[in-house]
Amino acid sequence: MSTHSLTKASLRAEGLPRRRAVNRAMELVAWLAAALGVAILGVVVWSVARRGAGALNLDLLTKTPSVAFSLTPVKQGLANAFAGSLVIVGIATLMALPVGILVAIYLNEFARPSVRTAVSLTLDVLNGVPAIVIGIFVYGLLVLGHGQSGFAGSFALACIMLPLVARSTMEVLTLVPMSLREASLALGVPRWRTTLSIVLPQTIGGIVTGTVLAVARVAGETAPLLFVSSLAGTSLSWDPHHALQTVPVAIFELSESADPADHTRAWAAALVLLIFILFSSLGARWLATRTTRRLSTSR
Amino acid sequence: MQRPNDTSTIERSVKVETHRQPMPPRERLERIFAVEHLDALYGGKPAIKDVSMDVYKNLVTAIIGPSGCGKSTFIRCLNRMNDLIPSFSQTGSIRYHGQDITDPGVDPVAVRRNIGMVFQRPNPFPKSIQDNVAWGLKVLGLKDNLDERVERALTQAALWDEVKDRLKASALSLSGGQQQRLCIARAIAVEPDVVLMDEPASALDPIATAAIEQLMHSLKSEYTFVIVTHNMQQAARVADMTAFFSISRGEEGQRWGELVEYDATEKIFTAPSDKRTEDYVTGRFG
Repeated sequence: MSTHSLTKASLRAEGLPRRRAVNRAMELVAWLAAALGVAILGVVVWSVARRGAGALNLDLLTKTPSVAFSLTPVKQGLANAFAGSLVIVGIATLMALPVGILVAIYLNEFARPSVRTAVSLTLDVLNGVPAIVIGIFVYGLLVLGHGQSGFAGSFALACIMLPLVARSTMEVLTLVPMSLREASLALGVPRWRTTLSIVLPQTIGGIVTGTVLAVARVAGETAPLLFVSSLAGTSLSWDPHHALQTVPVAIFELSESADPADHTRAWAAALVLLIFILFSSLGARWLATRTTRRLSTSR
Repeated sequence: MQRPNDTSTIERSVKVETHRQPMPPRERLERIFAVEHLDALYGGKPAIKDVSMDVYKNLVTAIIGPSGCGKSTFIRCLNRMNDLIPSFSQTGSIRYHGQDITDPGVDPVAVRRNIGMVFQRPNPFPKSIQDNVAWGLKVLGLKDNLDERVERALTQAALWDEVKDRLKASALSLSGGQQQRLCIARAIAVEPDVVLMDEPASALDPIATAAIEQLMHSLKSEYTFVIVTHNMQQAARVADMTAFFSISRGEEGQRWGELVEYDATEKIFTAPSDKRTEDYVTGRFG
């Protein structure tokens, strides 16, 4: 048996200096990786801001694109795209939110463990389905024979939002302590009433968080909308029965234009989208920490 | 001036009644529960085996025994609380006023409506003190004289004087002992027939414990209590009947709980008929 000697010589004999050096090197590599992650976001934000800031003004949000062949060059905006995105994402949220919450309630409160595992896995797979595949699916289902529409776009985005909303709701439902459910059930209150009045109110913050993150995610989705809601006019429209222009599709189209002014407007629209996503993510994070803290202090 | 540490001025804030009325003969008591050959299993492994005992009306019945002997499992069978655990199963019968509540045709919601429960850790709803009591009343349709019912329940639970000026405050702002009394108020407000208590005082200090024991004494003329406790002094103080559960071991290392002895509390603590009971109540547990 060796004695626990702490002399320098014995430590060196055990290779301590080398291990210490390896430890430092690993720490440095890990730190660099973390810095790289932050840097990528920084570079993206900075480059978009630098190119788009010039065209970022109120007209971008309030004016529609000028009619082609107009003789007098007018200031052009993308109001139609912002309106279209608002309508399509709004309807998608109205579709995905109730279904997602109900799926989560069923899985967490009522389903047998085997069913829960199976359906959760399905949700994860659905979450992993590429957006373009969802686009083709909705194209075949709703667009072929009927034409493009804002509704079809909403349905496609709702398919992407559903697993996100359901998963985040499930996560916060598992945080609600079992003892609260027991307290209500022991009074002779039915399961559904317990879920509705005792469990769900505890999770509203978490559900809002998940929804905001899902909205931020689909607001930038382009691929499915190219199939189902891209052949839109340049006039301002709020009617989802027809194809609506959206921000990501507008960015895509403007970037292919020959006019450099269009490129600048594409950057500006991208900047608006980026700012929206950054702020909604931060807001969602703030809400989430608040909810988690409240749930963990109230047991 | 009075010295603050003058022991003569320190009084117990709550006195526990230890002089028990002599119990009427068992034939004259009304049976609330008739448990026969009850086995309860988690994932196929027995937690309790072959428990048969009767619970009588307007008495406090205590379940005592070492940790892991299935006390909580047993009491949770009495109001179908184990239904929440997917791997749970049971055999045998539990007749409540003659009706077998283990029957799959029986609605567990109706069972729990009549048989309330107070849990080991206080679990008030994250609502106001008033709403904690009133919510159950509203949901269950006892909406007449709501304020009066809330006041009566809080008074019965010996909490009214402490909270009457802040009924709108959050229940979570109360101390642990107050929260547990609030849970008792919530349970008795909906006028159950039986109140099950699963170690209600294990997380409380002696004064709060004494308050809860006192309120069981004063309420047992209206309700029937079944209380699980690992505290033998508590059983001796509050219970009319006491059941002693113990752990049995099988040949292949299985363990399960079983009922060793069930009798009047005085008999269990002074002249038990089983050696294992005697060892446990005298502290020679082995």
